[in-house]
Amino acid sequence: MSSAENNTASSWLNSDRRKLILQEYGIFLAFLLLVGILALSNEFFLTPGNISNVLLQTSINGILAIGMTFVILTRGIDLSVGSVVALAGMVSASFVTSSATAGIAGAPYPMVVALAVGILVGVACGGLVGFIVSRFSVPAFVATLGMLSAARGATLIYGGGKPVPGLSPEFRWIGTGNILGIPMPVILLALVFGISWWVLTRTRFGRYIYAVGGNPHAAKTSGLNVTRIRFMVYVISGALSGLAGMILSARTGSALPQAGIAYELDAIAAVVIGGTSLSGGVGRVTGTLIGALIIGVMNNGLDLMGIQSYYQQVLKGALIVGAVMLDQKRNQGL
Amino acid sequence: MQPLLKVEGLKKSFGGVAALRDGRFELEAGSVHALCGGNGAGKSTFLSILMGIHKRDGGTILHRGNPVEFGSPAEALRSGIAIIEQELSPVPHMTVAENIYLGREPSARFGGIDFKTMNRDAQALLDRLEFRISATQYMMNLSVAQMQLVEIAKALSHEADVIFMDEPTSAIGEKEAQHLFSAIERLKAEGKGIVYVSHRLSEIFQIADSYTVFRDGGFVGAGKLADIDRPGLIRMIVGRELGEEYIKTNTPTEIAGLEVAGLSAPGKVEDISFTARKGEIFGIYGLMGSGRTEIFNCLFGMDRPSTGEIRLDGQTVTIRQPSDAMAEGIAFVTEDRKVTGLNLADSVRNNICLASLPEMSPAFVMRKRDEQAASADMIARFSIKAARDTMPVSGLSGGNQQKVVLGKWFLRQPRVLLLDEPTRGVDVGAKREIYRIICDFAAAGGTVVMISSEIDEILGMSDRILVMRQGRSAGIHDRRETDAQSLVHLST
Repeated sequence: MSSAENNTASSWLNSDRRKLILQEYGIFLAFLLLVGILALSNEFFLTPGNISNVLLQTSINGILAIGMTFVILTRGIDLSVGSVVALAGMVSASFVTSSATAGIAGAPYPMVVALAVGILVGVACGGLVGFIVSRFSVPAFVATLGMLSAARGATLIYGGGKPVPGLSPEFRWIGTGNILGIPMPVILLALVFGISWWVLTRTRFGRYIYAVGGNPHAAKTSGLNVTRIRFMVYVISGALSGLAGMILSARTGSALPQAGIAYELDAIAAVVIGGTSLSGGVGRVTGTLIGALIIGVMNNGLDLMGIQSYYQQVLKGALIVGAVMLDQKRNQGL
Repeated sequence: MQPLLKVEGLKKSFGGVAALRDGRFELEAGSVHALCGGNGAGKSTFLSILMGIHKRDGGTILHRGNPVEFGSPAEALRSGIAIIEQELSPVPHMTVAENIYLGREPSARFGGIDFKTMNRDAQALLDRLEFRISATQYMMNLSVAQMQLVEIAKALSHEADVIFMDEPTSAIGEKEAQHLFSAIERLKAEGKGIVYVSHRLSEIFQIADSYTVFRDGGFVGAGKLADIDRPGLIRMIVGRELGEEYIKTNTPTEIAGLEVAGLSAPGKVEDISFTARKGEIFGIYGLMGSGRTEIFNCLFGMDRPSTGEIRLDGQTVTIRQPSDAMAEGIAFVTEDRKVTGLNLADSVRNNICLASLPEMSPAFVMRKRDEQAASADMIARFSIKAARDTMPVSGLSGGNQQKVVLGKWFLRQPRVLLLDEPTRGVDVGAKREIYRIICDFAAAGGTVVMISSEIDEILGMSDRILVMRQGRSAGIHDRRETDAQSLVHLST
């Protein structure tokens, strides 16, 4: 309290603005720097084909990371997204497959049915986790760790351990189609981002999320329904995992039981690189999107340079830790 | 005689802004020295330099005549300067003895810890100080007051001869405070020097021998407390004449605002009944843990009472959760603004609007202009000092933070104001402004129920006072018919 309270108003303005600029644009500048370096070192990098490719690669992780942002903003974590991706992808696929053995009776159904089913599976998983976390005060880490295992198991049971092949072309369109040359997954990511940004910055619900994450006690004494808000963020993360799962199976053409393994780690990484605090209440979905793009661009750039994927993982690890170190420095130094 | 500690011309700036311009201080052995000043006077900076947390820009510190410079609190402690911080940070799952000897455990064979010696030494130390605490207890089972005593024992085990105490009574009750004061007396008798930092002037006059006042980062004056009276000390701290400390402008009406009948919550409060009238400031006095806050928790829907009736303006109301209480026009300024009052990372504006979000966004989308207007209104009304209302509330002084909490609730235009320790950790100047806000609210016909453990405050502000003892009411008294002694007597 010593330095802050002794500072005068004018200095507050200065350091405050400096901090704001760093927080607002620091991650964006880092992203531009990365793009610049890659563009200079490889002429292929900035071609429309490659840009579209990077965006496509980023879309699934981006959607998961946005859902993760909602959860982390309330001081939670969702480790189950990868398994929910597999389960939703598998269940929805069984509604649109032409395979006689893997599909459910009456398949293939129209795409909308499968979409609704996939989202519902995600909502159900997220809802269960949210219920356990918010009602029984089970740590999110534990509840979602349980769901990570349970949903993976459910996927294997549902599909008998086998993939669901032969998805209808109509369904595959959400993974492989495009509108005006923009791939569908990228369009979906943009939609999810736009809505989430609006909810978090402009609506009452968004304000609730920040308040619950910033100080749950104060939120409660201010009359907020903390339990319901906590519940809701897991539902959102679940629904977005469901969407991502369907995009994934639509892209691959079949739903695989081992789909989405370790996806939660990339999603968390994107959120963290994007500057959202794991202790809650601080962060923005724009940062998360850029965080996901940084991961995507880095993987792509290293691929183009011909660097083995083993090294990419080491670099990604360094990037995550480095980003948080910078963040800490930034928050302390001012 | 050579002073135990002598500080001259201490300077420190943060980012070009002087937090301390001229820190001067002289501590005699075997004395209690009060360090006084409002928030932002430079006390915290002064302490953190002496403890080696911050580096000084200039000035000298002489400990027993030798110049010293500390790089860390550990170095300060080694040379005999200890601090009992306002917010204690013990290791809860370790015993008292382990906490005292943390980092210097006596070793046994094979690199193990000699628990026997450690426990024996710790117990001997505690006994010598007449602290009735067992060395083998777990720290987490101790009260805050007992933890403070353990901290003192720890300081003494380091052979400290200068002990700083930063707001030691802010989280403990009156009785425990008296306990602490007798411990301080014993330390004094052993020839230690104690630096006592507190906003509570009555305590300073009770236990300190001399004082030093800082204001705006500079030394203002020092002397013997015997040579100065309370208004004189306030004048030095504030830098201007403040007049009466408590100015009451409200007159209670005969109309009941809030009636509570037979309120019970098992293990917390039992059979509490009172009526706070419109225009009245109704005080609740009691020790920590006497069930004061629990009454408010029941009234505000944070806790479920097992029996009891709550009436507002004569109408019985049912309150199951905070939003029910808020809909009835009850506002609750909680005890600890940092824990339950504010979202520290968020802006002043968002904190002011936090309890009014549904009203500010009837159609789900926030109305930025309404929020801006509301926050500007509250900032002006309570003269909250903030550079901009988009700055984080954590950057404000304690008094201004408290005014943000008040603003948050006044925005809802409440009928009943529940105040739990409304001026804790707030300096004299800001205290007075908060008293004015409370009085204005009551004078305009509002009902105020106020908890305070500061006896002067409760006597100065309340029209009637309910005394709590062990979860039960020990009677309701008119301010004119009671005094500090009888309140303390009733509460223990």
